[in-house]
Amino acid sequence: MTVAVNAEETGQKIAEAIPGSVVSSDKGSLTVDSKALAQVSVFLKNTPGLEFDYLTVLTAVDYLDYFEVIYRLVSLRNNQSLILKTRVFGRDNPTVPSVTDTWRAAYYQEREIFDLLGIKFEGHPDLRRLLLWEGFNGHPLRRDYL
Amino acid sequence: MPIKTEQFYLNVGPQHPSTHGVFRLRLSLDGEVVTDVEPIIGYLHRGIEKLAESRTYTQIIPLTDRLDYLASMTDNVAYCLAVEKLAGIKVPERAEHIRVIFSELMRISSHMMAVGFYLNDCGAFFTPVLYMWREREKIIDLFDMVCGQRLLYNYMRVGGVSQDIPDEFIPAVKKFVAEMPQYIGEYNQLIKQNEIFLARSKGVGILPKETAINIGASGPVLRASGVKWDIRKMDPYSIYDRFDFEVPTGDAGDCYDRYWVRIQEMTQSLRIIEQAINQMPAKGPICSDVPQFFRPPPGETYGYIEAPKGNLGFYIVSDGSIAPYRLHIYPPTLINITALKDMMIGWKVADLIIIFGSMDVVLGEIDR
Amino acid sequence: MEIIRPEVSTPQEADLAEGKLINSFLENCTSQYPDPDKWLDEEIRRNVLLTTVDAAVAWARQRSIFPLIFGTACCAFEMIAASGPRFDLSRFGMDIIRFSPRQADVMLITGTITWKMATAARMIYDQMPEPKWVIAVGACAISGGTFRESYSVVPGINRIMPVDVYVPGCPPRPEAMIHGINRLQAKIVKGTIDNPNLALK
Repeated sequence: MTVAVNAEETGQKIAEAIPGSVVSSDKGSLTVDSKALAQVSVFLKNTPGLEFDYLTVLTAVDYLDYFEVIYRLVSLRNNQSLILKTRVFGRDNPTVPSVTDTWRAAYYQEREIFDLLGIKFEGHPDLRRLLLWEGFNGHPLRRDYL
Repeated sequence: MPIKTEQFYLNVGPQHPSTHGVFRLRLSLDGEVVTDVEPIIGYLHRGIEKLAESRTYTQIIPLTDRLDYLASMTDNVAYCLAVEKLAGIKVPERAEHIRVIFSELMRISSHMMAVGFYLNDCGAFFTPVLYMWREREKIIDLFDMVCGQRLLYNYMRVGGVSQDIPDEFIPAVKKFVAEMPQYIGEYNQLIKQNEIFLARSKGVGILPKETAINIGASGPVLRASGVKWDIRKMDPYSIYDRFDFEVPTGDAGDCYDRYWVRIQEMTQSLRIIEQAINQMPAKGPICSDVPQFFRPPPGETYGYIEAPKGNLGFYIVSDGSIAPYRLHIYPPTLINITALKDMMIGWKVADLIIIFGSMDVVLGEIDR
Repeated sequence: MEIIRPEVSTPQEADLAEGKLINSFLENCTSQYPDPDKWLDEEIRRNVLLTTVDAAVAWARQRSIFPLIFGTACCAFEMIAASGPRFDLSRFGMDIIRFSPRQADVMLITGTITWKMATAARMIYDQMPEPKWVIAVGACAISGGTFRESYSVVPGINRIMPVDVYVPGCPPRPEAMIHGINRLQAKIVKGTIDNPNLALK
């Protein structure tokens, strides 16, 4: 049975290793500052005991004040899962560091979020539109489209 | 005398007989050897995620049918599971068993299509497809008996299923389960030792274990690379923890292993259907009481199942109204084709079609 | 309608050119092509009698149609089932199902057409030799279907090309598709050698 790992304990472990990165944690998920995302992802993948090497979902939601990017990580060895979130404020040019170097599963999902919601991912090798054509005006999945 | 060569681009366009749908590949070739591959998708993007924000929870069920249109029962089950998780609804026992029977029948049908069209790409022009079509018509007759539709069923509801099964269904399923192993034996006898098939698929398109985990592959593609990860065993949903079945894996991760894992999974599905028929309660409610304009409590959840193509999931955010605030669909086949670059570079153009056929993609799911 | 092929040298330029073409389709294809049947009554009134040669040629044409399945989504599988052993399509003469437009008479549009795919659909329609007919199979090809309000779906293939027969359903049963093909055969048998399509003049 894939057990959801205790988010508060994991949050404390991350805060000890990379200070200032954890924003909040509740029973389901862990929210992390977007600037420290790359370091946190490397930490989660390599630390023995956590070993989250399998990224499943990468999605984003448009709450009108901020965008929230959600990652769901699974550890195949220990059969555990964790939900990681990060928030980015501002609607003009939201930017989040990319995790494609750590987990290549993010390659197409980040391109899709850029296409449909307009969030840019720094460090992505090839950030272009995926599902819509070049020259399409706007980002359809935003709440203020149409 | 030295020969001058040049790299050129070839477009395997969206309308092509062997791309299994509207999928486009832009290849850079050096002679016949592939040097770079770029898949281009989006030719069937219908905006299901945006449409779902303006429909009620029950009206989204027909939209989810059209995702993986070869296995639409399992799409329905995944969505209903996610909504039930969000709202804390319990599904009655008889409905759970019915769901398991239909999911496993759907798995057999989908794998037959996958293997049939893969063998079609290998060169056995349409003979395996028509052999497997014969059995698929029997499964489709079973579905027709229950819900009246042949391809896109719209049968599952939030809290159970929509109609009860008629009396002649169970004897028909028992008859099907009894005669199917002989047909699987027939397919194996016809193709498994064929020299051309072995030469074209053994050792071709190898996906190593570490790469498969890093790209987040799931389903038969992951299991053929040697990772024993099946959600029905590792994280059981619904009533799968009551059944006894095995999870076949491969070791080399090539096209032959992906084909063989699918054939073995069909046999295991027959075992599960037999056990589900024996354990099903004879009478009972088939759907729990859910209001027509159903408002789940605000919150978010992720519900996922082991679909025939992989790990299909729905991420739903609700704000307490009759339509979801955000619905995101996690497609297994889009993540599986992240590895196309690794698997195709260095091979010839004729091998590309085989490698792509063994990944078993459905464009409705990739593009949504 | 000619597709202008742009001069490109890199894949990025090809993508931008494709995007411009799709945007031009989005702006220009706002009204529907009239159905060819509207002109049928006029033609029958003006025609004197079909000659024997005309009748023979029309009979041969209807019984040996070469289809081209432009299958995008779910309806394509019901079309393959229609050509399978149970609902046999080759007893109506449609035996050779090839995917090349240069050897086809009828284009069967099965499945949802998006604006990104519309340019490819029109290119394939232009490549087919005369006389040619189009059958729109399924709700998505007739009017956009369930996805009509979406931002990227063409609301009916008759924005892009004229359609002869519509087969409704989601997906239509293989028997319904065979009925649609029979209606097309009934329409072909009314044509003459000079004007087989009764429409394109």
